[in-house]
Amino acid sequence: MIAFNQVSKRYPDGYEALKQVSFELAKGEMAFLSGHSGAGKSTLLKLIAAIERPTSGSVLVNNQNVSVLKKGALPYLRRNIGLIFQDHKLLFDRNVFDNVLLPLQICGFDHRESGKRVRAALDKVGLLNREKSNPIALSGGEQQRLCIARAIVNRPSILLADEPTGNLDAEYAQEIMAIFNSFHQVGVTLLISTHDAEMLRNSHVRVIALKHGEIQLPASNPQSPDTTGTGQT
Amino acid sequence: MMSVLNQHLGVIKIALRRMFTSPLAGVLNVLVIGIALSLPAGMYVLLKNTQNLVAQLSGSPQISLFLMMETTRDDVEQLRNQLARHEGIRGIEFISRAAALEQLGENSGLDDVIAGLEDNPLPDAFVISPAAIDARSLEELRNELQQLPGVELAQLDSAWAYKLEAILEFARVAVLVLASLLSLGLIAITFNTIRLQILTQRDEIQISRLIGATDAFIRRPFMYFGALQGLFGGIAAWLIIAMGLQLLKQPLATLSQLYSSTFTLQALSLSDSLSLLLFSVYLGWLGAWLSVARHLSQTEPR
Repeated sequence: MIAFNQVSKRYPDGYEALKQVSFELAKGEMAFLSGHSGAGKSTLLKLIAAIERPTSGSVLVNNQNVSVLKKGALPYLRRNIGLIFQDHKLLFDRNVFDNVLLPLQICGFDHRESGKRVRAALDKVGLLNREKSNPIALSGGEQQRLCIARAIVNRPSILLADEPTGNLDAEYAQEIMAIFNSFHQVGVTLLISTHDAEMLRNSHVRVIALKHGEIQLPASNPQSPDTTGTGQT
Repeated sequence: MMSVLNQHLGVIKIALRRMFTSPLAGVLNVLVIGIALSLPAGMYVLLKNTQNLVAQLSGSPQISLFLMMETTRDDVEQLRNQLARHEGIRGIEFISRAAALEQLGENSGLDDVIAGLEDNPLPDAFVISPAAIDARSLEELRNELQQLPGVELAQLDSAWAYKLEAILEFARVAVLVLASLLSLGLIAITFNTIRLQILTQRDEIQISRLIGATDAFIRRPFMYFGALQGLFGGIAAWLIIAMGLQLLKQPLATLSQLYSSTFTLQALSLSDSLSLLLFSVYLGWLGAWLSVARHLSQTEPR
């Protein structure tokens, strides 16, 4: 589903965020992307959604080389990818319902169908009773769940989450992980970046570890304590 | 199809709502556009009216051919035949010196003075209606007639009208220049309004792009906003012109009465009104397009 082949990314200021990264993620697979902050996790996720372009190498999504996609084709690639941001990127000028509605408006769904879909997505993350609230009134965990609802309302086949539990306490983080697991069970391909050692230890999921922009070893052994760096407990 | 239509209707609603979230700013913008458009458009209306007036007054141009005092009846007959055969002449009318004197007496009320004259100071004359009425051929015909034997003076009666027409042509170009400059101004106004809107909508644009919005989708509400603002500005300009003409009506009626004429101001015609509105919509649309295109290309990911 996702394949990196010798991908490097160097920013105009000379900083090399990724060096010769290669890995594959099968359809329906779920994996963690681990590493200290600045290891290149965000850059890697951005390359998948073509928010940034690699300096060299190729990024395949669904057998499509996204690093050479034409500008006009990018929106259609992104509609198949649900993005979950650490800072949520919610819109505070509209209520919860309308935040989740946005991707459907972009795809041009008709009114009645999109209403159903929005409620289904909100139900999935447990925010159905808050649809009229402004996101600013939600707690951090609720905001993150809202961001997830927005990412999945389109029913994308790929979900990318950048530090989804970064600012949350353990209990909220557990909730979020439970939601991700449920998507995994229905066949969604997930790549979740985290530096939360706790989370990595407690799950039985493949871990792709980055250090200074390089893959350490594409470990499939979840017990390997290669989470490097900022060691949260 | 229905859903596309609904989508556009929804976007128009959003654009309208944005316009009236800050009613004062919205109204001021519309007013600025209206005033800027009403200047050249109003001048155009006045120009057109003046042109009508000139056309009405100069109607069919005539050339008066005053003959020399010592002309005999035979000479006149010969000249008449010659003129009748001329291709450039549509009609001729002979006014004898006696008839001319009589007419002068009637028109001027100077009967007594004329009666006191020892002999008739007026010459025989032909009044000629030329076939072609453009300024150049009239001038040529006049020169030709001037050369005829027995002709003292060939005078183009409507020469002043042609001079005025030349002045009006000059004014027309001036209006065109003014209109172009103010159009650029309108594009700039819309560009800036939309730029400010984009700044407040930055997050929404950025997020929309991340979740798969096409540039067209992002552009749409701004384009509608620009076009609607242009439309309202155009309507404002139309109203300003209509009110201005209404105000001019009374003084003009008095004036034209003094000249015993029945000239009335023509308002903007339907097609002119539509052109005004369409042009205004187009300018707003263009300003918005430029503004959004600039923002989108600036925030293009590398």
